[in-house]
Amino acid sequence: MTLESILFYGLAAMSVVSAILMITRRNPVTSVLFLIMNFFALAGLYLTLQAQFIAVIQIFVYAGAIMVLFLFVIMLLNLGDDQKLTEVISYKKIVGAALAVGVLLELIYIIGLAPSGLPAGNLDRGAAIGTVEVLGTKLFTQYLFPFEITSILLLVAIVGAVLLAKKKLDD
Amino acid sequence: MITVEHYLWLSAITFMIGVIGVVARRNAIVVFMSIELMLNSVNLSLVVFSAYLGDITGQLLVFFVMTVAAAEAAVGLAIIIALFRKKQTVNIDEINILKW
Repeated sequence: MTLESILFYGLAAMSVVSAILMITRRNPVTSVLFLIMNFFALAGLYLTLQAQFIAVIQIFVYAGAIMVLFLFVIMLLNLGDDQKLTEVISYKKIVGAALAVGVLLELIYIIGLAPSGLPAGNLDRGAAIGTVEVLGTKLFTQYLFPFEITSILLLVAIVGAVLLAKKKLDD
Repeated sequence: MITVEHYLWLSAITFMIGVIGVVARRNAIVVFMSIELMLNSVNLSLVVFSAYLGDITGQLLVFFVMTVAAAEAAVGLAIIIALFRKKQTVNIDEINILKW
């Protein structure tokens, strides 16, 4: 049992368990907290893949900003607990679960059974990249145009969110 | 020895849990969170391939995916707030005005 295996299986188990708990809780605040736990597990997995910048950005943006926004909205709307999942077993849920299992079987085939050209080897190549310098160099030279476009995207999102959530002042 | 397949399995399983969350839950906010879970599983796939191939482009795409996910979460939650003002509910089964 190398440290690599222990870290991967521990973080993967934490991620899957917190994801399952997230979709089954009745209280939406509890769901948000389990999703934050999932994001921390993912940040740990990014660190095992030598992607330091993405790991830190994951905690800043996802766990620190988006989930806080979710909590604000839940508390603003003052949502109570949901119904128990097993009280409403409609045919929609069964069809949905069957579809999800179908897609999972497809993924099992693609990852496990089909002859694939997945990269083999270890993370020596990955350790050389993944720092902020390499990502910044690529981002500001080759991918400068998408970077500027995302600034316009964020502006549009801000204007849209403010407009949609504004109280209408009726005359 | 942890290979690419291990991470891809984890990404697939997390994606499936997100899909089940979107389909089986009726609270609009939990549906949103399941969508974020799906986006994160795809981010994990991208970072895994970027690490094992030695190319930074995967992590760059993760950067943009996170930006777009943040913008989408903000606008989506604003829509939910506006909807709640009208119908006093976030239960997606009751938001059926467009149903014919």
